[in-house]
Amino acid sequence: MKRRFADLHLQPKLSDDEQTENMLRKASELGYRLVAVPLPTISIDVYAKKLMATCHEAKIDFATRLDLKPKTAKELLHQLRKFRRKVEVIAVVCESKEVARQAAKDHRVDLLNFPAIDPRERFFDKAEAELASGSLAALEIDIKPILTLRGPARIRFLAALRREVAIAEDYHVPVVISSGATNPLQMRKPMETAALASLFDMNKPEAIKAVSTTPFSIVERNREKLSPNFVAPGIRIIRRGSDCP
Amino acid sequence: MREKTRRRYLALKIDSDQKFSQKEFMNAVWEAVLRLYGEYGASKMGLTLINYNHEGGWAVTRVAHTEVERFRAALASITEIADKPASVHVLMVSGTLRALYRKARTSSFKP
Repeated sequence: MKRRFADLHLQPKLSDDEQTENMLRKASELGYRLVAVPLPTISIDVYAKKLMATCHEAKIDFATRLDLKPKTAKELLHQLRKFRRKVEVIAVVCESKEVARQAAKDHRVDLLNFPAIDPRERFFDKAEAELASGSLAALEIDIKPILTLRGPARIRFLAALRREVAIAEDYHVPVVISSGATNPLQMRKPMETAALASLFDMNKPEAIKAVSTTPFSIVERNREKLSPNFVAPGIRIIRRGSDCP
Repeated sequence: MREKTRRRYLALKIDSDQKFSQKEFMNAVWEAVLRLYGEYGASKMGLTLINYNHEGGWAVTRVAHTEVERFRAALASITEIADKPASVHVLMVSGTLRALYRKARTSSFKP
């Protein structure tokens, strides 16, 4: 079976229709079968419909995604209650240790994203990985900083990623590699993204899994949960009506 | 006795609004390789430009077969050529030039 690839973190300027359309088309041309774009919390449905239509034209699957940026753990819980049933992928942008810890142990969180470039402000350590291994959260790595940083900053960033990936592997936390691209020139083919993962010592099969199987399984799992036939994990309604025993 | 070096031929596509000369393109490629792997790593790559099409924005390069993934990573790290925004994508990889051009005939890439 032909391998399917996904990029769960395209970041076009949603107010710029032309750029958004270009990026979705380009994702299709580069060989992706599934993309996700973080949607603004105030108008999820409006943007989701628009992007789905564009993706349909580009013959690519679209998953709705929300990036939560809470300041406190309490705020995160509130946002999760409010939005979990509305989108297919929930990513938490961990800007503090408190939020990172809460996100790692919550089953409703799909992706843990650490945007900081400074290694001291990235909170994916052994404690975080242990919490994440008990829930369903995956570590999301954006390749955009690898392309945009230069010199010592990139060296420090790659060293931090290398440490995080090793910890994730030790604690069996799945890793998802996304582009984080804000313009079409920052987008790379799936195999090129996997090749860039070798810079932080991810082996090729693991890197390919991080751009194919892992993101697909997150989206498929959540689509099943959001389906009206879902009852509980492993239980779903397969038939309704009077002929059911 | 020393084993014969196996090589891989890569067809590359330059993604940019601008056109670049062969020299500008190769400068960007060498710079990316040197930034990521240094002179020692670059020396093991055996990088050679085989063909360059200025108008079509494509190139064919040759590298040692053990270095294909490193070369792919170096190409992916290119964000500008001659100070203008650009990216480089690998279209196909092949063991011989003849096979590369044969594959190209059946794809959108027309050398």
